[in-house]
Amino acid sequence: MSFIDAVIQYEFLQKALLTSTMVGIICGVIGCFIILRGMALMGDAISHAVLPGVAIAYMLGVNFFIGAVISGVVTAMGIGFVSQNSRIKNDISIGIMFTAAFALGIILITFMKSSTDLYHILFGNVLAVRPSDMWITLGIGIFVLLSVYLFYKELLVSSFDSTMAQAYGLPTKWIHYFLMTLLTMVTVASLQTVGIILVVAMLITPAATAYLLTDRLWIMIYLSAVFGVIASIVGLYFSFTYNLASGATIVLVSTVLFLLAFFFSPKQGILWRAIKSRNKKMSLS
Amino acid sequence: MKPVLHVSNLFVSYHGNDAIRDVNFSVKPGKLVGIIGPNGAGKSTLLKALLNLIPRDKGEVLFHGKSFADIRKSVAYLPQRSQIDWDFPINVLDTVIIGTYPGLGFFKKPRKKEKEWALQCLKEVGMDGFSKRQIGELSGGQQQRVFLARALAQKADIFFLDEPFVGVDVLSEETIIRILKKLTSMGKTIFVVHHDLSKANEYFDQLLLLNKELIQFGDANIVFQKDILARAYSGQFSFLEEMGVNA
Repeated sequence: MSFIDAVIQYEFLQKALLTSTMVGIICGVIGCFIILRGMALMGDAISHAVLPGVAIAYMLGVNFFIGAVISGVVTAMGIGFVSQNSRIKNDISIGIMFTAAFALGIILITFMKSSTDLYHILFGNVLAVRPSDMWITLGIGIFVLLSVYLFYKELLVSSFDSTMAQAYGLPTKWIHYFLMTLLTMVTVASLQTVGIILVVAMLITPAATAYLLTDRLWIMIYLSAVFGVIASIVGLYFSFTYNLASGATIVLVSTVLFLLAFFFSPKQGILWRAIKSRNKKMSLS
Repeated sequence: MKPVLHVSNLFVSYHGNDAIRDVNFSVKPGKLVGIIGPNGAGKSTLLKALLNLIPRDKGEVLFHGKSFADIRKSVAYLPQRSQIDWDFPINVLDTVIIGTYPGLGFFKKPRKKEKEWALQCLKEVGMDGFSKRQIGELSGGQQQRVFLARALAQKADIFFLDEPFVGVDVLSEETIIRILKKLTSMGKTIFVVHHDLSKANEYFDQLLLLNKELIQFGDANIVFQKDILARAYSGQFSFLEEMGVNA
């Protein structure tokens, strides 16, 4: 049976497709700000740091979304607190805090009944998306996109020139934590599709691909979302057809897109650069 | 004439170490003021303290008799070149449009009017032919002019420039100074943190000589005397001679 027939026939596949498309969009959008602010490592950290929150939420029987957001934001604040109040640099602080949170999460998860849960949280299982997960993802998606639309100016200026933003009165610290909250929400939304371990790839790879192709932020955001969606759909196709882990196939598809841009981007691609320098040398000889 | 900026008893420290001590001065509108002093004299600290970017231990800073929070939108800050990511996906025109953000407030997006105004500001600094270029494709001097256009777009009347001539060639340096002098003749007040003593007396109307304490503030030709400069650059006489300071 072809993938398209299967999508028409099986509801679980429709849900998977819809969820991963949404995840592709929001990861792509937030990812642009993450890479432009030099926070790729932070993206990785926050995605790992949601684990203890997810575990505690499962134990208490509340929605894992709430636990994840709390532990993600608390870790982000912890990272900021350590690096601002000591000589410990930001990347070191990130390394200390997120591994601590992740380790705590692993211990908490082992108290839970089944170990398959841990496997699904870590690596994603998009084919088992429940309707409630789909709605959460949709809700997060709308909130994230609306936030970026409404605060586009503020996100742009604080990413580009934070001193000016601060001087004219923007609360840059709060913008940072707001972005961390959005990042945590995006991570939670991506849990089912790609899992904790690989979320960072969905955040930075499509954004980095778009970064190689344009010099305007808003175009970069759209391109990044498109690449995220392509990766999600094509990745899901391979996952379904060859019975592979969905997170892994989605990430590899986005890596292929990145490599294409890396070699063939009109302005930044290494192929055109090489050709241009060769032509220049030829014209001089 | 009432002062644009009045500073009294300003103290700033980092973790208990004095960065600047008891600084007092007052500047009238339409002046181009150079802030000079040796490395570690607290020049950038002074700038940051005036702009409320770092906490002050003590002292009063009044712009037009008001606190910074009341007039912050009419103050433009031009960052050091090293603070900007020149690979950022933004072109010249969009960089200047950012200058209109403080006046727009939340949720309002820049429209055609803001765009046209930004273009006009670019023309003012002679950069209107570059509006579609990515900012990293410009020379250092052109980049500074774009940021000046951004300050103009902000309709600011007080400008703070942090080391604008680092990585800028001599010709562009003079172009920028010419633009700054034009702006002061229009009544703008401009503060420039400047680490290079050569030409400091030609460039600026007034000089503020700093070495943790305020050594001297006044008209450029009065401050730019060997014995006065020597008090800030203690033990660097030969350096002063090299810089062509005689008197």
